[in-house]
Amino acid sequence: MAEARNVVREIRQQGGATIVVLSGEVDLHHTPEVHKALVGACQQRPERLVINLSEVGYMDSSGIGTLVEIFRRVKGFGGKLVLCGLSERVYSVFEITRLDKFFKICETEEEALAA
Amino acid sequence: MRTSGAQPVDQPLVLEITSDTRHLAGVRVAVLGAAQAVGFVEPQLSGIALAIDEALTNVIRHGYRGQSGRPIQVTIQPVRRGEGCGIEVTICDCCPQVDPATIMGRDLGDVRPGGLGTHIIRTVMDEVEYTKREPAGMRLRLLKMLGEGGTGPRVGGSDPTREKS
Repeated sequence: MAEARNVVREIRQQGGATIVVLSGEVDLHHTPEVHKALVGACQQRPERLVINLSEVGYMDSSGIGTLVEIFRRVKGFGGKLVLCGLSERVYSVFEITRLDKFFKICETEEEALAA
Repeated sequence: MRTSGAQPVDQPLVLEITSDTRHLAGVRVAVLGAAQAVGFVEPQLSGIALAIDEALTNVIRHGYRGQSGRPIQVTIQPVRRGEGCGIEVTICDCCPQVDPATIMGRDLGDVRPGGLGTHIIRTVMDEVEYTKREPAGMRLRLLKMLGEGGTGPRVGGSDPTREKS
């Protein structure tokens, strides 16, 4: 099966925030790439780390586990982690695992930057 | 060995894969197609694919301890039980055997990475059964029923499809 495009589509800075845009399917095959990118983003210690999931069609517990770890890293240096753009399908996985209340989740990137 | 009381209504789809994460997407696609043929719609469709994905992830990550190239057999079977129809997915591996009673999700109140897969599987699927295979390995049987009076499978009498990845 041909490899899909990179699951980390974009990383950019906006003010004191770092925005990471993920794309495609975040499963155990792609989680290492996501983890590496998010850990790299944390090394800059941004005031705010926004993870845009609007282009993510699928995420399993390996992806969510990565987000939990990143949440702890960001919290560790006093930053804020915000997720945005979750589809119904992706959001349902957060609901099943009861992490929908754990993370700060916004509809749009604009809301995430202001939250 | 079938203990669920569900009767097969079509030839199963048997996927012989290895413990390589690149196979996960393909299995999800196969499961989605089979579940859709049974009559499942969203959000149950996505839930079923997620549960099977989590089960395979557990086999790769924990059963085979991340070792690639190890055998996994996934059998996807439309079934009928009483007036209802559904889908049964069986995952067989050659992992070191464990006591099925010890395979359980953790307390979700303890927020940390890992340990969520089993919880997801048990939440989504109607029946989850872990058994030891003879002479080695484990078998996981997952069943999701469409419900009483649900539409039957849209594909009937098709030839068995055996895919190797």
